[in-house]
Amino acid sequence: MDFDLMVEVTPLLIRAAWVTIDISSRAIFFGFFVACGLVFLQTLRFAPIRWFARGYVSIVRGTPYFVQLLLVFYGGPSIGLRLDPVTCGVVVGAFNIGAYMSEAIRGSIESVDNGQTEAARSLGFGRAQTMFYIVLPQAASLMIRSVGVLAIVLIKNSSLVSIISVVELTYQAQRLIGSTYKPLEIFTLSALMYIVIIYAVMGIIELAYRRATRYTTQ
Amino acid sequence: MSTEQQTATPMVEVRNVHKRFGNLEVLKGINLTVDRGKIISIIGPSGSGKSTLLRSVNNLEVIDDGVILLDGVQVNRPDMKGMAFERHINHIRQNMGMVFQHFNLFPHMSTIDNVTLAPRKLKGMDKKAARELGMEQLERVGLAEKADVFPNWLSGGQKQRVAIARALAMKPKVMLFDEATSALDPELVEEVNQVMRSLADEHMTMLIVTHEMSFARDVSDWALFMDGGVVVEESAPDKLFSNPDQERTRNFLQKHLENNK
Repeated sequence: MDFDLMVEVTPLLIRAAWVTIDISSRAIFFGFFVACGLVFLQTLRFAPIRWFARGYVSIVRGTPYFVQLLLVFYGGPSIGLRLDPVTCGVVVGAFNIGAYMSEAIRGSIESVDNGQTEAARSLGFGRAQTMFYIVLPQAASLMIRSVGVLAIVLIKNSSLVSIISVVELTYQAQRLIGSTYKPLEIFTLSALMYIVIIYAVMGIIELAYRRATRYTTQ
Repeated sequence: MSTEQQTATPMVEVRNVHKRFGNLEVLKGINLTVDRGKIISIIGPSGSGKSTLLRSVNNLEVIDDGVILLDGVQVNRPDMKGMAFERHINHIRQNMGMVFQHFNLFPHMSTIDNVTLAPRKLKGMDKKAARELGMEQLERVGLAEKADVFPNWLSGGQKQRVAIARALAMKPKVMLFDEATSALDPELVEEVNQVMRSLADEHMTMLIVTHEMSFARDVSDWALFMDGGVVVEESAPDKLFSNPDQERTRNFLQKHLENNK
């Protein structure tokens, strides 16, 4: 192992790691709104809108993220959709995680006991009030972990945006290897950085989950 | 039911109610009157339709035919659609307290918030007044000291008493009890029964679906035995529980007695 080299390239990799964090957090943030939109569309009476939302989710879940990325970045311009690499990474990431998240959100809403809804309705609360005061607060704590897992998958998948030449952690590592021919050192470093990022996120998720479910423990 | 009450509007009136789940008819033309301040108990085997009937009274089950009235106002309104019916039924339900077998307390809120949520959000009561009202209701069920704990810290009996307080906080005209003690350990049943007795002493109008025969006998003014979606027999509780006219009622009570030996 060439430790001198590792020390030398660390600052460059840390800067690239920030790009990874930046792209991922933006994708997760916007993805949440995509997910809420999809959940909302699936509650509507008008069937074709529900079918559209379901179909969208199925297509995203049934195709590799990598292909989605290539399709939008290279195929997009032919229909006038020209995105710079970073924007493309964020947008595809958001629409990808949004589909998965919508399923997680829907699942957690459905797993709130129906007795909760009945109790609220029996007091005179309307549908929307019941959702807002009773179901969503409970669903929110249930969805923290499942959404957290999706966030972690997205951070790992963000390495794939290197293919559209976004200078994030993986792409930077490849570039450095191109000039130094030291793949073991550099990929080891970048793997360590992924671990730091991912365990930090896992810690945040766990804290949020515990805080949100305080009421269930003595 | 006594003659002097018959001129007044009954608190709850159920007329010829039918309810089907698919091809299965679970209520086959039920009639029932609950006069002001009276307590009616409904007993019967599981699957007899007694819970469905109770849930129909506040429209948690939507009936297929018949009429249900609360204090002279029609609860089920097949003529109303969408938001208009929503507004109507939400308003009606504010006047009916319901207590469930599995309590259904809101686990993410403290006991006092469980009790005050509806008065605050539905009646626009301010926080201070709501807390006063909530504490009053919790005192009524003997749980004022548990105001600021979460429901998961309470025993089953305590949970059910909070659920009763929550329903009472809306100052309902009638209380509906759907097997309120069936999910409780035997030693916790009595504390809930006591609360229900105290409501009876205050002349709260109550419609009770129960498996507690001796409690029903003690507390009710009138008792119904349901089986197979019909009211098989109804009478004063002393008669129904000790000397029923119908063979089916006798068999049911006999079986129940044997199971509880």
